[in-house]
Amino acid sequence: MSIELKNVTKKFGEVTAVNDVSFSVNEGELMALLGPSGGGKTTVLRMIAGLEMPTTGDVFIRGQRVNDLSVQERNIGFVFQNYALFKNMNAFKNIAFGLKIKKWKRPDVEARVMELLKLFDLEGLEKRYPHQLSGGQRQRVAIARALAPKPGVLLLDEPFGAVDAKIRQELREWLVTLHHELNVTTIFVTHDQEEAMEVSNRTVIFSRGNLEQIGTPREVYEQPANEFVARFIGVMIVLELHVSKGVARLNELEFPSHGLPDGERLRIGFRPYSVQISSDVKAYRYRAILRHTYFLGVMLRVELELPSGLLIRARMTKEEYAFQGLADGKDVSFQIRQYRVLAREGEKLAPEVAVTHDVPLTLGEGI
Amino acid sequence: MGGAPSTDTAIIRRRVSRSQSQRGTEEPPLIKWTLIAIALAFSLVFLLLPLVNVFAQAFAKGWQAYWNSLTEPDSWAAIRLTLIVAAIAVPLNVMFGVAAAWAIAKFEFRWKSLLTTLIDLPFSVSPVVAGLMFVLMFGLQGYFGKWLEAHEIKIIFAVPGIVLATVFVTFPFVARELIPVMQAAGSEQEQAALTLGASGWRTFWHVTLPSVKWGLIYGIILCNARAMGEFGAVSVVSGHIIRQTETMPLRVQALYEGGSAVSGAAAFAVASLLALLALITLAIKTFLEWKQARDYARAQQLAMPTPESDSDTAFLARQNLR
Ligand SMILES: Nc1ncnc2c1ncn2[C@@H]1O[C@H](COP(=O)(O)OP(=O)(O)OP(=O)(O)O)[C@@H](O)[C@H]1O
Ligand SMILES: [Mg+2]
Repeated sequence: MSIELKNVTKKFGEVTAVNDVSFSVNEGELMALLGPSGGGKTTVLRMIAGLEMPTTGDVFIRGQRVNDLSVQERNIGFVFQNYALFKNMNAFKNIAFGLKIKKWKRPDVEARVMELLKLFDLEGLEKRYPHQLSGGQRQRVAIARALAPKPGVLLLDEPFGAVDAKIRQELREWLVTLHHELNVTTIFVTHDQEEAMEVSNRTVIFSRGNLEQIGTPREVYEQPANEFVARFIGVMIVLELHVSKGVARLNELEFPSHGLPDGERLRIGFRPYSVQISSDVKAYRYRAILRHTYFLGVMLRVELELPSGLLIRARMTKEEYAFQGLADGKDVSFQIRQYRVLAREGEKLAPEVAVTHDVPLTLGEGI
Repeated sequence: MGGAPSTDTAIIRRRVSRSQSQRGTEEPPLIKWTLIAIALAFSLVFLLLPLVNVFAQAFAKGWQAYWNSLTEPDSWAAIRLTLIVAAIAVPLNVMFGVAAAWAIAKFEFRWKSLLTTLIDLPFSVSPVVAGLMFVLMFGLQGYFGKWLEAHEIKIIFAVPGIVLATVFVTFPFVARELIPVMQAAGSEQEQAALTLGASGWRTFWHVTLPSVKWGLIYGIILCNARAMGEFGAVSVVSGHIIRQTETMPLRVQALYEGGSAVSGAAAFAVASLLALLALITLAIKTFLEWKQARDYARAQQLAMPTPESDSDTAFLARQNLR
């Protein structure tokens, strides 16, 4: 185990930035800390680095409790959100800084810096000062500086926050490649769920200081631990149903009451791709008109309008769309294949419910 | 001399707003030229002429007389004393100013706003009152007077008093210049140094100080100008003892009140040194402002992402080929 947090809490005065968080990161893992703004991601990272002290709880790095170790003694590489390059030093001196502190011999320093300049494609820029470098170059200098003294752990705070969208996408792939080559345990902070999904081996999801879930991208997407995660990772359509006569309804849509008595409200959520659509109006139980098709790249988003006026936004692949012979204005039928009953806030989510039967729940009340 | 301190950020803001307002105003030419003429005439009569006059008067009797009046023992002693006082007061206030600015810019503590206000106190107190405060404390009739006399320590009407008064009056300059610069620099660079293993001391010398270098130099020259030019506070504590407690400004006054034509010219000769100091200070100040504005403009340019994309895309393209 490379990094471990045990029941770590951090309070800034009245504010609890991190609330009783425990998780561990394996050696060589690429871990994402994901969550909305103010969730406590930076604070967790800073506590691992030693820039912030936990109010309670313990931090371990490679099995050693580091609560009492100073920042300097923890041997971590930290990349700040705005890179925090030394403005008065050129790229070479920035990267060499940590090595000089560690009293490396001059030729060794030179060799190591040159090696990193090469690895990060910064050759020829070593004499430039930070203000003479582009955003992407500055970021690479910052990562090179952090990696120079061969830290046991690399911590990155929103590494791609400050570069424009086009480059961000490619830098993600680059980070994966770099991690693959160097194999240093890495934690990076992001508030972009796509970035976390794409780059990390595992993701820790925070909101308001609480650890909501930890797992592989697939796990948190397919088995979200609670409603927050379900809604934060990917798109989720949420419906609020009213239970009467043992059935939960919203306009034409009907679901089992899941044990709730009449008069209660039931909230369910489903992914837009769980909506199954057919151009055969008899194929599924609900009927609708396909109002509009949006092209999102590989996926399409279709807007279904039910007779009552209720709108459902679904997603499907282009192939499926073409195979079904769909088009705007067509009459279609659809069903919701899988959904979840959403618990009250903070409660665990029940597993997904698969709809197997496709018959009306109530007799006498047709579609 | 010295004038009201202006912070670096204030300088930048002023520059920016100036260039914006130029574009924004579409006044009729007549009004514009009248205003410019008034401003020019005013600064000519009240600023430039007197300054030129100081030099004219100083050299009225020729180079030799000028040189003689400076090297004459009494004036020479005054010049030396002024240099000594500045050499003590300026470093003291640099140390204090850096410490205070550091504390205020980088830490949160309870008495922060009180400290910020206290730093400004010397600006709001009349220098004469400042001098009197020291007389009341350390003079014969003062609180510590008896004790000091018993231990044969002389502060008032002696060099230590002059140093104290000068330190008090020049107290705010360095701190006031550094606080906004340090605040703007933030503490991330220092934290980065710490994560790389640097000690606090090393971080201070290699990261903190260089990042506020220009602000510090600016503060020092202002502090120095004021330290050498201070009259009021020093006058109260000095006792005007020739060759012992007479600084240059006091010497100028004494010579001028001497009344004779010779001493009048000598007064202007010494005064011309102070005026020269002012000019040098102004020149350095202008240079630093220009430099700051240039750095600021560069930083602004970099904030725009357009020119950087090319090189980054090239980098990524090469990465993908590997
Ligand atoms: N030094 C501090 N003093 C007081 N409160 C703080 C401090 N640092 C963080 N906080 C508070 O702690 C909470 C978590 O902050 P943190 O910076 O860890 O969030 P984050 O998840 O990194 O958010 P973002 O995505 O916006 O960077 C916030 O409510 C913040 O206001
Ligand atoms: Mg943050």
